[in-house]
Amino acid sequence: MINTIWFLLIFIGIIYGILTGNLDEINNIIIKEAGEGVTFGIGLIGIMAFWLGIMNIAEKSGLIKTISKGFRPMMRILFPDIPKDHSAERWILMNFIANMFGIGNGATAFGLKAMKELDTLNHNKKIATNSMAMFLIINMSSLQLIPLTVIKLRHDYGSPNPTAIVGITILATGFSTLVAIIVGKAFEGGRRC
Amino acid sequence: MLEIISLAMMPAIVLIISVYGYIKGVDIYDTFIEGAVEGIKTAIKIMPNLIAIFIAIGIFRGSQALEMFINLLNPITNILGMPEEVLPLVMIRPLSGSGALGVVRDIVSHYGADSFIGIVASVMMGSSETIFYTMALYFGSIGVKDHRHTLKAALVSYIISIFITIFICSHLFN
Repeated sequence: MINTIWFLLIFIGIIYGILTGNLDEINNIIIKEAGEGVTFGIGLIGIMAFWLGIMNIAEKSGLIKTISKGFRPMMRILFPDIPKDHSAERWILMNFIANMFGIGNGATAFGLKAMKELDTLNHNKKIATNSMAMFLIINMSSLQLIPLTVIKLRHDYGSPNPTAIVGITILATGFSTLVAIIVGKAFEGGRRC
Repeated sequence: MLEIISLAMMPAIVLIISVYGYIKGVDIYDTFIEGAVEGIKTAIKIMPNLIAIFIAIGIFRGSQALEMFINLLNPITNILGMPEEVLPLVMIRPLSGSGALGVVRDIVSHYGADSFIGIVASVMMGSSETIFYTMALYFGSIGVKDHRHTLKAALVSYIISIFITIFICSHLFN
Protein backbone atom coordinates (compact mmCIF):
# COMPACT_ATOMS: atom_id res chain seq x y z
CA MET A 1 0.00 0.00 0.00
CA ILE A 2 2.77 2.44 0.95
CA ASN A 3 4.48 1.19 -2.19
CA THR A 4 1.59 2.44 -4.34
CA ILE A 5 1.18 5.72 -2.49
CA TRP A 6 4.89 6.43 -2.73
CA PHE A 7 4.80 5.72 -6.44
CA LEU A 8 1.72 7.87 -7.01
CA LEU A 9 3.10 10.84 -5.06
CA ILE A 10 6.29 10.83 -7.13
CA PHE A 11 4.68 9.92 -10.46
CA ILE A 12 1.84 12.44 -10.28
CA GLY A 13 4.16 15.08 -8.86
CA ILE A 14 6.76 14.78 -11.60
CA ILE A 15 4.27 14.44 -14.47
CA TYR A 16 2.31 17.43 -13.18
CA GLY A 17 5.57 19.32 -12.77
CA ILE A 18 6.49 18.59 -16.40
CA LEU A 19 3.04 19.68 -17.63
CA THR A 20 3.12 22.94 -15.68
CA GLY A 21 6.77 23.70 -16.42
CA ASN A 22 7.77 23.35 -12.79
CA LEU A 23 10.78 21.11 -13.41
CA ASP A 24 13.47 23.27 -11.86
CA GLU A 25 11.39 23.45 -8.70
CA ILE A 26 11.30 19.63 -8.60
CA ASN A 27 15.07 19.45 -9.00
CA ASN A 28 15.47 21.78 -6.04
CA ILE A 29 13.01 19.80 -3.96
CA ILE A 30 14.74 16.46 -4.49
CA ILE A 31 18.11 17.86 -3.44
CA LYS A 32 16.64 19.82 -0.53
CA GLU A 33 14.37 17.08 0.84
CA ALA A 34 17.05 14.38 0.64
CA GLY A 35 19.23 16.56 2.84
CA GLU A 36 16.25 17.39 5.03
CA GLY A 37 15.64 13.68 5.69
CA VAL A 38 19.22 13.24 6.87
CA THR A 39 19.14 16.38 9.01
CA PHE A 40 15.88 15.29 10.60
CA GLY A 41 17.24 11.79 11.20
CA ILE A 42 20.43 13.11 12.79
CA GLY A 43 18.32 15.39 14.96
CA LEU A 44 16.46 12.31 16.13
CA ILE A 45 19.60 10.35 17.10
CA GLY A 46 20.32 12.23 20.31
CA ILE A 47 16.78 12.52 21.58
CA MET A 48 15.92 8.90 20.74
CA ALA A 49 19.07 7.70 22.50
CA PHE A 50 18.01 9.76 25.50
CA TRP A 51 14.43 8.46 25.65
CA LEU A 52 15.30 4.82 25.10
CA GLY A 53 18.11 5.14 27.68
CA ILE A 54 15.79 6.62 30.31
CA MET A 55 13.01 4.17 29.54
CA ASN A 56 15.44 1.28 29.77
CA ILE A 57 15.99 2.30 33.40
CA ALA A 58 12.22 2.50 33.91
CA GLU A 59 11.86 -0.96 32.36
CA LYS A 60 14.70 -2.62 34.32
CA SER A 61 13.58 -1.10 37.62
CA GLY A 62 10.08 -2.47 37.14
CA LEU A 63 8.48 0.98 37.03
CA ILE A 64 6.84 0.45 33.64
CA LYS A 65 5.52 -2.92 34.77
CA THR A 66 3.89 -1.29 37.79
CA ILE A 67 2.31 1.44 35.67
CA SER A 68 1.11 -0.95 33.00
CA LYS A 69 -0.75 -3.17 35.48
CA GLY A 70 -3.58 -0.68 35.70
CA PHE A 71 -3.98 -0.63 31.92
CA ARG A 72 -3.90 -4.40 31.45
CA PRO A 73 -7.66 -4.92 30.90
CA MET A 74 -7.73 -2.23 28.21
CA MET A 75 -4.64 -3.64 26.50
CA ARG A 76 -6.10 -7.16 26.52
CA ILE A 77 -9.16 -5.94 24.63
CA LEU A 78 -7.16 -3.91 22.10
CA PHE A 79 -4.32 -6.39 21.60
CA PRO A 80 -5.54 -9.91 22.38
CA ASP A 81 -2.66 -11.40 20.34
CA ILE A 82 0.07 -10.15 22.67
CA PRO A 83 0.92 -12.79 25.29
CA LYS A 84 0.59 -11.80 28.93
CA ASP A 85 3.57 -9.87 30.33
CA HIS A 86 5.21 -9.49 26.92
CA SER A 87 7.27 -6.29 26.66
CA ALA A 88 5.47 -5.23 23.46
CA GLU A 89 2.49 -4.34 25.63
CA ARG A 90 4.59 -2.07 27.82
CA TRP A 91 6.22 -0.22 24.91
CA ILE A 92 2.84 0.32 23.26
CA LEU A 93 1.57 1.79 26.50
CA MET A 94 4.62 4.06 26.80
CA ASN A 95 4.02 5.23 23.23
CA PHE A 96 0.37 6.02 24.03
CA ILE A 97 1.31 7.92 27.19
CA ALA A 98 4.08 9.90 25.46
CA ASN A 99 1.65 10.73 22.65
CA MET A 100 -1.04 11.86 25.09
CA PHE A 101 1.34 14.27 26.78
CA GLY A 102 2.76 15.57 23.53
CA ILE A 103 6.27 14.13 23.85
CA GLY A 104 6.52 13.53 20.12
CA ASN A 105 10.09 12.26 19.78
CA GLY A 106 9.71 10.06 22.86
CA ALA A 107 6.56 8.60 21.34
CA THR A 108 8.45 7.83 18.11
CA ALA A 109 11.25 6.11 20.02
CA PHE A 110 8.83 3.96 22.06
CA GLY A 111 6.63 3.29 19.06
CA LEU A 112 9.52 1.98 16.97
CA LYS A 113 10.60 -0.17 19.91
CA ALA A 114 7.03 -1.46 20.24
CA MET A 115 7.02 -2.41 16.55
CA LYS A 116 10.29 -4.28 17.04
CA GLU A 117 8.79 -6.21 19.95
CA LEU A 118 5.60 -6.92 18.00
CA ASP A 119 7.80 -8.19 15.18
CA THR A 120 9.23 -10.88 17.49
CA LEU A 121 5.66 -12.21 17.85
CA ASN A 122 5.08 -12.22 14.09
CA HIS A 123 5.23 -15.58 12.31
CA ASN A 124 5.25 -14.07 8.85
CA LYS A 125 7.69 -11.15 8.91
CA LYS A 126 6.35 -9.59 5.71
CA ILE A 127 2.73 -9.35 6.82
CA ALA A 128 1.39 -7.05 9.53
CA THR A 129 -0.32 -8.66 12.52
CA ASN A 130 -3.64 -7.51 13.97
CA SER A 131 -1.78 -5.99 16.90
CA MET A 132 0.56 -4.00 14.65
CA ALA A 133 -2.37 -2.71 12.64
CA MET A 134 -4.38 -1.81 15.73
CA PHE A 135 -1.39 -0.12 17.35
CA LEU A 136 -0.78 2.06 14.31
CA ILE A 137 -4.46 2.82 13.70
CA ILE A 138 -4.80 4.11 17.28
CA ASN A 139 -1.49 5.93 17.03
CA MET A 140 -2.55 7.62 13.79
CA SER A 141 -5.88 8.72 15.22
CA SER A 142 -3.97 11.18 17.44
CA LEU A 143 -3.91 10.83 21.21
CA GLN A 144 -2.45 14.19 22.16
CA LEU A 145 -4.49 15.90 24.87
CA ILE A 146 -3.04 19.41 24.75
CA PRO A 147 -2.04 20.59 21.25
CA LEU A 148 0.76 22.94 22.31
CA THR A 149 1.95 23.93 18.81
CA VAL A 150 -1.58 24.96 17.82
CA ILE A 151 -2.03 26.92 21.04
CA LYS A 152 1.25 28.71 20.47
CA LEU A 153 0.26 29.52 16.89
CA ARG A 154 -3.10 30.92 18.06
CA HIS A 155 -1.27 32.99 20.66
CA ASP A 156 1.14 34.33 18.02
CA TYR A 157 -1.78 35.41 15.85
CA GLY A 158 -3.37 37.44 18.59
CA SER A 159 -6.11 35.19 19.88
CA PRO A 160 -7.35 36.60 23.22
CA ASN A 161 -7.91 33.05 24.42
CA PRO A 162 -5.51 30.65 22.66
CA THR A 163 -6.42 27.73 24.92
CA ALA A 164 -10.14 28.00 24.08
CA ILE A 165 -9.81 25.02 21.75
CA VAL A 166 -8.39 22.61 24.36
CA GLY A 167 -11.76 21.28 25.52
CA ILE A 168 -13.11 20.78 21.99
CA THR A 169 -9.83 19.22 20.89
CA ILE A 170 -9.84 16.68 23.71
CA LEU A 171 -13.43 15.81 22.80
CA ALA A 172 -12.53 15.50 19.09
CA THR A 173 -9.43 13.44 19.88
CA GLY A 174 -11.48 11.15 22.11
CA PHE A 175 -13.99 10.59 19.32
CA SER A 176 -11.30 10.06 16.68
CA THR A 177 -9.57 7.43 18.83
CA LEU A 178 -12.86 5.69 19.60
CA VAL A 179 -13.78 5.66 15.89
CA ALA A 180 -10.30 4.33 15.07
CA ILE A 181 -10.63 1.43 17.51
CA ILE A 182 -14.08 0.49 16.19
CA VAL A 183 -13.06 0.77 12.52
CA GLY A 184 -9.80 -1.06 13.22
CA LYS A 185 -11.59 -3.94 14.93
CA ALA A 186 -14.21 -4.08 12.17
CA PHE A 187 -11.53 -4.37 9.46
CA GLU A 188 -9.56 -7.05 11.30
CA GLY A 189 -11.80 -9.79 9.96
CA GLY A 190 -11.24 -13.39 10.80
CA ARG A 191 -7.65 -13.54 9.64
CA ARG A 192 -5.06 -14.04 12.36
CA CYS A 193 -1.34 -14.26 12.03
CA MET B 1 -0.29 26.99 33.64
CA LEU B 2 -0.07 24.84 30.51
CA GLU B 3 3.37 26.22 29.84
CA ILE B 4 4.59 25.22 33.31
CA ILE B 5 3.23 21.70 32.93
CA SER B 6 4.87 21.23 29.55
CA LEU B 7 8.13 22.68 30.87
CA ALA B 8 8.13 20.41 33.90
CA MET B 9 7.16 17.24 32.04
CA MET B 10 10.54 16.04 30.81
CA PRO B 11 12.57 16.91 33.93
CA ALA B 12 9.88 15.32 36.12
CA ILE B 13 9.92 12.07 34.13
CA VAL B 14 13.72 11.90 34.20
CA LEU B 15 13.75 12.62 37.93
CA ILE B 16 11.13 10.03 38.84
CA ILE B 17 12.67 7.29 36.69
CA SER B 18 16.23 7.83 37.86
CA VAL B 19 15.25 8.09 41.55
CA TYR B 20 13.09 4.97 41.28
CA GLY B 21 15.84 3.08 39.44
CA TYR B 22 18.52 4.16 41.91
CA ILE B 23 16.47 3.14 44.95
CA LYS B 24 15.68 -0.22 43.35
CA GLY B 25 19.42 -0.81 42.97
CA VAL B 26 19.48 -0.75 39.17
CA ASP B 27 22.84 0.08 37.62
CA ILE B 28 21.27 3.15 36.07
CA TYR B 29 24.28 4.45 34.13
CA ASP B 30 24.95 1.22 32.25
CA THR B 31 21.24 0.66 31.76
CA PHE B 32 20.89 4.11 30.21
CA ILE B 33 23.80 3.45 27.86
CA GLU B 34 22.33 0.10 26.82
CA GLY B 35 19.05 1.78 25.88
CA ALA B 36 20.81 4.71 24.22
CA VAL B 37 22.76 2.37 21.94
CA GLU B 38 19.47 0.96 20.74
CA GLY B 39 18.07 4.46 20.26
CA ILE B 40 21.01 5.44 18.06
CA LYS B 41 20.75 2.26 16.00
CA THR B 42 17.03 2.83 15.48
CA ALA B 43 17.48 6.47 14.48
CA ILE B 44 20.10 5.56 11.88
CA LYS B 45 18.04 2.66 10.62
CA ILE B 46 15.01 4.84 9.92
CA MET B 47 16.98 7.53 8.06
CA PRO B 48 16.46 5.96 4.58
CA ASN B 49 12.72 5.84 5.32
CA LEU B 50 12.75 9.51 6.26
CA ILE B 51 14.55 10.48 3.05
CA ALA B 52 12.09 8.46 0.94
CA ILE B 53 9.05 9.99 2.64
CA PHE B 54 10.36 13.55 2.54
CA ILE B 55 11.24 13.39 -1.15
CA ALA B 56 7.91 11.90 -2.25
CA ILE B 57 5.84 14.39 -0.27
CA GLY B 58 8.13 17.25 -1.30
CA ILE B 59 7.67 16.46 -5.00
CA PHE B 60 3.91 16.10 -4.65
CA ARG B 61 3.52 19.41 -2.83
CA GLY B 62 6.16 21.40 -4.71
CA SER B 63 4.79 20.47 -8.15
CA GLN B 64 1.42 22.01 -7.19
CA ALA B 65 -0.19 18.60 -7.81
CA LEU B 66 -1.67 18.82 -4.33
CA GLU B 67 -3.43 22.09 -5.22
CA MET B 68 -4.81 20.46 -8.34
CA PHE B 69 -6.36 17.68 -6.23
CA ILE B 70 -7.82 20.17 -3.80
CA ASN B 71 -9.50 22.02 -6.68
CA LEU B 72 -10.83 18.74 -8.06
CA LEU B 73 -12.29 17.69 -4.71
CA ASN B 74 -13.77 21.05 -3.83
CA PRO B 75 -17.26 20.52 -5.35
CA ILE B 76 -17.64 17.13 -3.65
CA THR B 77 -16.68 18.34 -0.20
CA ASN B 78 -18.92 21.39 -0.58
CA ILE B 79 -21.90 19.09 -1.03
CA LEU B 80 -20.89 17.19 2.11
CA GLY B 81 -20.93 20.40 4.13
CA MET B 82 -17.22 20.81 4.67
CA PRO B 83 -16.09 24.46 4.71
CA GLU B 84 -13.91 24.75 1.61
CA GLU B 85 -11.26 26.75 3.46
CA VAL B 86 -10.27 23.69 5.49
CA LEU B 87 -10.03 21.28 2.54
CA PRO B 88 -6.30 21.98 1.96
CA LEU B 89 -5.71 21.12 5.62
CA VAL B 90 -7.73 17.91 5.33
CA MET B 91 -5.62 16.88 2.33
CA ILE B 92 -2.19 17.80 3.71
CA ARG B 93 -2.64 16.63 7.30
CA PRO B 94 -2.18 12.87 6.64
CA LEU B 95 0.93 13.61 4.55
CA SER B 96 2.91 16.23 6.36
CA GLY B 97 2.75 17.70 9.87
CA SER B 98 4.79 20.81 9.12
CA GLY B 99 2.85 21.38 5.89
CA ALA B 100 -0.42 21.13 7.79
CA LEU B 101 0.80 23.56 10.42
CA GLY B 102 1.61 26.00 7.63
CA VAL B 103 -1.97 25.74 6.35
CA VAL B 104 -3.35 26.32 9.85
CA ARG B 105 -1.11 29.39 10.09
CA ASP B 106 -2.52 30.74 6.81
CA ILE B 107 -6.09 30.10 7.91
CA VAL B 108 -5.62 31.65 11.34
CA SER B 109 -3.87 34.74 9.97
CA HIS B 110 -6.45 35.18 7.22
CA TYR B 111 -9.72 34.45 9.03
CA GLY B 112 -8.67 35.06 12.65
CA ALA B 113 -7.83 32.49 15.31
CA ASP B 114 -11.28 32.64 16.88
CA SER B 115 -13.39 32.66 13.72
CA PHE B 116 -15.38 29.49 13.01
CA ILE B 117 -12.90 28.43 10.31
CA GLY B 118 -9.98 29.25 12.61
CA ILE B 119 -11.43 27.10 15.39
CA VAL B 120 -12.20 24.17 13.05
CA ALA B 121 -8.66 24.29 11.64
CA SER B 122 -7.09 24.47 15.10
CA VAL B 123 -9.12 21.55 16.44
CA MET B 124 -8.54 19.48 13.29
CA MET B 125 -4.80 20.05 13.54
CA GLY B 126 -4.80 19.07 17.22
CA SER B 127 -6.90 15.96 16.86
CA SER B 128 -5.23 14.21 13.91
CA GLU B 129 -1.88 12.70 12.96
CA THR B 130 0.43 12.39 9.95
CA ILE B 131 -0.88 9.03 8.79
CA PHE B 132 1.39 8.44 5.79
CA TYR B 133 4.58 9.38 7.64
CA THR B 134 3.79 7.23 10.68
CA MET B 135 2.89 4.19 8.60
CA ALA B 136 5.88 4.36 6.28
CA LEU B 137 8.22 4.90 9.21
CA TYR B 138 6.87 2.28 11.62
CA PHE B 139 6.34 -0.51 9.09
CA GLY B 140 9.52 0.45 7.24
CA SER B 141 11.56 0.12 10.43
CA ILE B 142 10.76 -3.60 10.72
CA GLY B 143 10.42 -4.37 7.01
CA VAL B 144 6.75 -5.34 6.96
CA LYS B 145 5.49 -5.20 3.37
CA ASP B 146 1.84 -6.18 3.58
CA HIS B 147 0.10 -3.68 5.86
CA ARG B 148 -3.30 -5.35 5.45
CA HIS B 149 -6.15 -3.14 6.63
CA THR B 150 -4.02 -0.53 8.45
CA LEU B 151 -4.22 2.33 5.94
CA LYS B 152 -7.82 1.68 5.00
CA ALA B 153 -8.91 1.75 8.64
CA ALA B 154 -6.79 4.82 9.40
CA LEU B 155 -8.19 6.79 6.45
CA VAL B 156 -11.80 5.78 7.09
CA SER B 157 -11.55 6.82 10.73
CA TYR B 158 -9.73 10.01 9.71
CA ILE B 159 -12.59 11.01 7.39
CA ILE B 160 -15.24 10.15 9.97
CA SER B 161 -13.31 12.15 12.56
CA ILE B 162 -13.18 15.21 10.33
CA PHE B 163 -16.95 15.31 10.07
CA ILE B 164 -17.31 14.71 13.80
CA THR B 165 -14.92 17.61 14.41
CA ILE B 166 -16.88 19.94 12.13
CA PHE B 167 -20.10 18.83 13.81
CA ILE B 168 -18.73 19.39 17.32
CA CYS B 169 -17.32 22.80 16.39
CA SER B 170 -20.48 24.06 14.75
CA HIS B 171 -22.52 23.01 17.78
CA LEU B 172 -20.19 24.28 20.47
CA PHE B 173 -19.05 27.39 18.66
CA ASN B 174 -22.35 29.26 18.67
